[in-house]
Amino acid sequence: MSATGHEHGHEDHGHHHKETFVTKYIFSQDHKMIAKQYLITGVLIMGFIGIAMSLLFRMQLAWPGESFSVFEAVLGKWAPGGVMDADIYLGLVTMHGTIMVFFVLTAGLSGTFSNLLIPLQIGARDMASGFLNMLSFWMFFLSAVIMVISLVVEAGPAAAGWTIYPPLSALPMAQPGSGAGMTLWLVSMAIFIASSLLGSLNYIVTVLNLRTKGMSMTRLPLTIWAFFVTAVIGVISFPVLLSAALLLIMDRSFGTSFFLSDIFIQGEVLHYQGGSPVLFEHLFWFLGHPEVYIVILPAMGIVSEVMAVNARKPIFGYRAMIASILAIAFLSTIVWGHHMFISGMNPFLGSVFTFTTLLIAIPSAVKAFNWITTIWKGNLQLNPGMLFSIGMVSTFISGGLTGIILGDSTLDINVHDTYFVVAHFHLVMGISALYGLFAGVYHWFPKMFQGRMMNKNLGYVHFWITAIGSYGIFFPMHFVGMAGVPRRYYENTAFPMFDELTNVQVLMTVFAIITAAAQLVFAFNFVRSIFYGKRGPLNPWKATTLEWTAPQEHIHGNWPGAIPHVHRWAYDYSKTHENGEYIIEGQDFVPQTVPLQENEEELNH
Amino acid sequence: MTALLTLTVLVLVAIAIWQMTKIFELSQLKAEHTEVATDKDNKYNGYLLFGFVIFIYGITIFSFAKYGKMLLPESSSAHGGEYDQLMWVSFAIIFFVQTITQFLLHYFGYKYRGEKGKKALFFADNDRLEFIWTIIPVIVLAGLILWGLYTWTNIMDINDDDDPLIVELYAQQFNWTARYGGEDNVLGDASVRLIDIDRANVLGLDEADPNASDDVIVKELHLPVGRKVNFMMRSQDVLHSAYMPHFRAQMNCVPGMITQFSFTPTVTTEEMRLNPDVVDKVKRTNALRAKWAAEGRPNSEPWEFDYILLCNKICGKSHYNMQMKIIVETEEEYNKWIAEQATFKETIAPAE
Repeated sequence: MSATGHEHGHEDHGHHHKETFVTKYIFSQDHKMIAKQYLITGVLIMGFIGIAMSLLFRMQLAWPGESFSVFEAVLGKWAPGGVMDADIYLGLVTMHGTIMVFFVLTAGLSGTFSNLLIPLQIGARDMASGFLNMLSFWMFFLSAVIMVISLVVEAGPAAAGWTIYPPLSALPMAQPGSGAGMTLWLVSMAIFIASSLLGSLNYIVTVLNLRTKGMSMTRLPLTIWAFFVTAVIGVISFPVLLSAALLLIMDRSFGTSFFLSDIFIQGEVLHYQGGSPVLFEHLFWFLGHPEVYIVILPAMGIVSEVMAVNARKPIFGYRAMIASILAIAFLSTIVWGHHMFISGMNPFLGSVFTFTTLLIAIPSAVKAFNWITTIWKGNLQLNPGMLFSIGMVSTFISGGLTGIILGDSTLDINVHDTYFVVAHFHLVMGISALYGLFAGVYHWFPKMFQGRMMNKNLGYVHFWITAIGSYGIFFPMHFVGMAGVPRRYYENTAFPMFDELTNVQVLMTVFAIITAAAQLVFAFNFVRSIFYGKRGPLNPWKATTLEWTAPQEHIHGNWPGAIPHVHRWAYDYSKTHENGEYIIEGQDFVPQTVPLQENEEELNH
Repeated sequence: MTALLTLTVLVLVAIAIWQMTKIFELSQLKAEHTEVATDKDNKYNGYLLFGFVIFIYGITIFSFAKYGKMLLPESSSAHGGEYDQLMWVSFAIIFFVQTITQFLLHYFGYKYRGEKGKKALFFADNDRLEFIWTIIPVIVLAGLILWGLYTWTNIMDINDDDDPLIVELYAQQFNWTARYGGEDNVLGDASVRLIDIDRANVLGLDEADPNASDDVIVKELHLPVGRKVNFMMRSQDVLHSAYMPHFRAQMNCVPGMITQFSFTPTVTTEEMRLNPDVVDKVKRTNALRAKWAAEGRPNSEPWEFDYILLCNKICGKSHYNMQMKIIVETEEEYNKWIAEQATFKETIAPAE
């Protein structure tokens, strides 16, 4: 597909080469199929593993040292007599973080919806390079396979925390997980980063070059803006993580001293001299912080779109929304030091990072207010996707507000690395991004599976249990952190001052189990709807965007005839003439393909 | 057997869900079946949204009532008062914003639930509104930033004014060691390359450095009340973090470099044990531990309050139990204690 494809688009989809099972379902270059591959690998499979792990260690936290047959069944030699071992506890925590952040919320979320929506919503026949897109998915798949294999190596998976700070992650004698498990972790992540870069470059080129006629940047749906900017941040920051991983591999395997110095362990002095773990922290968080925005921006984009559609109102402050995405993206690259206030770096740097970090609250606040205004005086269609969007705004506010405390270097001193942090980031990026993901899945399921729709009642059950459960887990968790309980403790029984908090842990674990069970409802609904879901109309949510003009049956090239042209922005919901009549009589939305009507006032968005 | 049981449970859960969907479907036969929300769905979910904001308030109140007392007691260091004040002001702002925004969000969700034929308001832009909610966070955050930075600069300004006590905190998997400067209050040079376990030079002190000979190495941290303490932190193997929550103090220990933190303890351990909040907490905890003892559980002896130093950076298998007791006492008690401790020169084995 060339950059000029939209000029004479219908000419080049007509070659009817025969598709085999392999080219259609496995090594497919079609963006819609690749999106589904990402969704099933990244979200369903990796998500299941990641959430299951969290249940295991949450049980250990609630009932420390108790014997559970499920531990013995799942963990085998790591749970002798059904009692979880301290090393595998750290392994579970580490892999839960890695899998959820990178595989589920980066690849699963962004990979699924960028692939599905970018071509469909900008009016392109496919990604700029279908081959790179396919390569990107299969490299992701390979990295996922390696990461899963690392779970079952003899000495256990990587266990140094998802941030893999050296020297702990660099020295196999410091903990067993820093042996083969960590090697596989690093190899897997290196491949993952390459995959992510290929994907991101493809998204950027596609958005810039393949927009259909009339689709100016300021007519793009906010989803596309979010995916586009996410890809840009990914391209800027992921290479830095790659360099950190490569240097760590060298320290581990080739005896260099990038991150290591003056180490005496197990009775001997190691040769390392002159390196600094703080350097690793800088490199890691130079990716690590933008990473949380790589996770949350696509969710924000999805929520903006789903919310406008279901509120039957334009998104409030379209330009401000774009500006805040850009501001968040820019600021996200200069705030990484707020993870390192007490790392031993110069306190003056801490001051600078406090300043930039609290600045990022401003565009975030603007977004939250704009969403609230978007549903004000709407005609809210409370579909499951809409509920998850409202839920996302709720958890984003609750979780984001505590960022004011953590981003303040002074206040960070005493809550750093406690459960307060865990509660904060799970609400603001974990749960919020998952809600964005669910909103997207419920909303665009018909687009993915030939017009079939997910069962709404199961969707409501899924949402309400998840909504209550998420707050039930993470709200009390703030108090555990404020009581001074550090994260990544196998059990808190070594400190009598934490005894009375065990009850809180039990409460959180019970909520976690219930919430996880609700995700099975989702998985069931998802799989069942693929085969038996009721087919809805072509445009079930009455949305204005281009993807709903494409036929339900997937065809290569998306549209059978010419690519539709665009004449207006994506948010003409409930727009009326001055006399109060809808622009198109009897219809409260105007698709982007409809030319400006007579007497219609075009707003300068 | 367990695997079979698990499998059975999973199958049963699947069947239950399947049956549930059946029921849902059967119950809807009368109505026109669609997967798009109907007015009825909008109504019920609108009510639920309203209920949800009550749930959020409820869980907030519940958590404060039930867990509020479990938070750390008032600070025991000179800078801690200001820290706590900044914390509570930040919290006041957070709860103010949280209460209002969550209400608006969910109330709108309830109030504007969809009905057939209702017309939404086409409201795409309003510069004044957007200006207002940009400028308000700017002002509030500017205040917080300035206050925070002022406090931060004060806390992190580590200097030798007021004759501080110099103490080294030395971290290793999985324990802490403290080293005092001794008579001269100056720490002798040290390096992990000089560690000689056989001769009991566990911290790698330089024997050639005259400042090292009177250093005192201990496993319990004693601090005189009211005197500034400058901590020099080292780690010999992996990252650790010296976390002293009661003093609002924390700093990472990094192999290859010396990190610093400084505070002035203001409340002795004895005084703290009489603090009403602490007395209550000890009472609650010991009631719990008495119950555990009755059940025959280990680690359930009665507890007496002590300040504690915890490791707060993941450091390996026993990270969860890497701790050192801190005792804050009067100047006289401290002087008496330190005089009883052996110096480095006295403890090191002679070279062969």
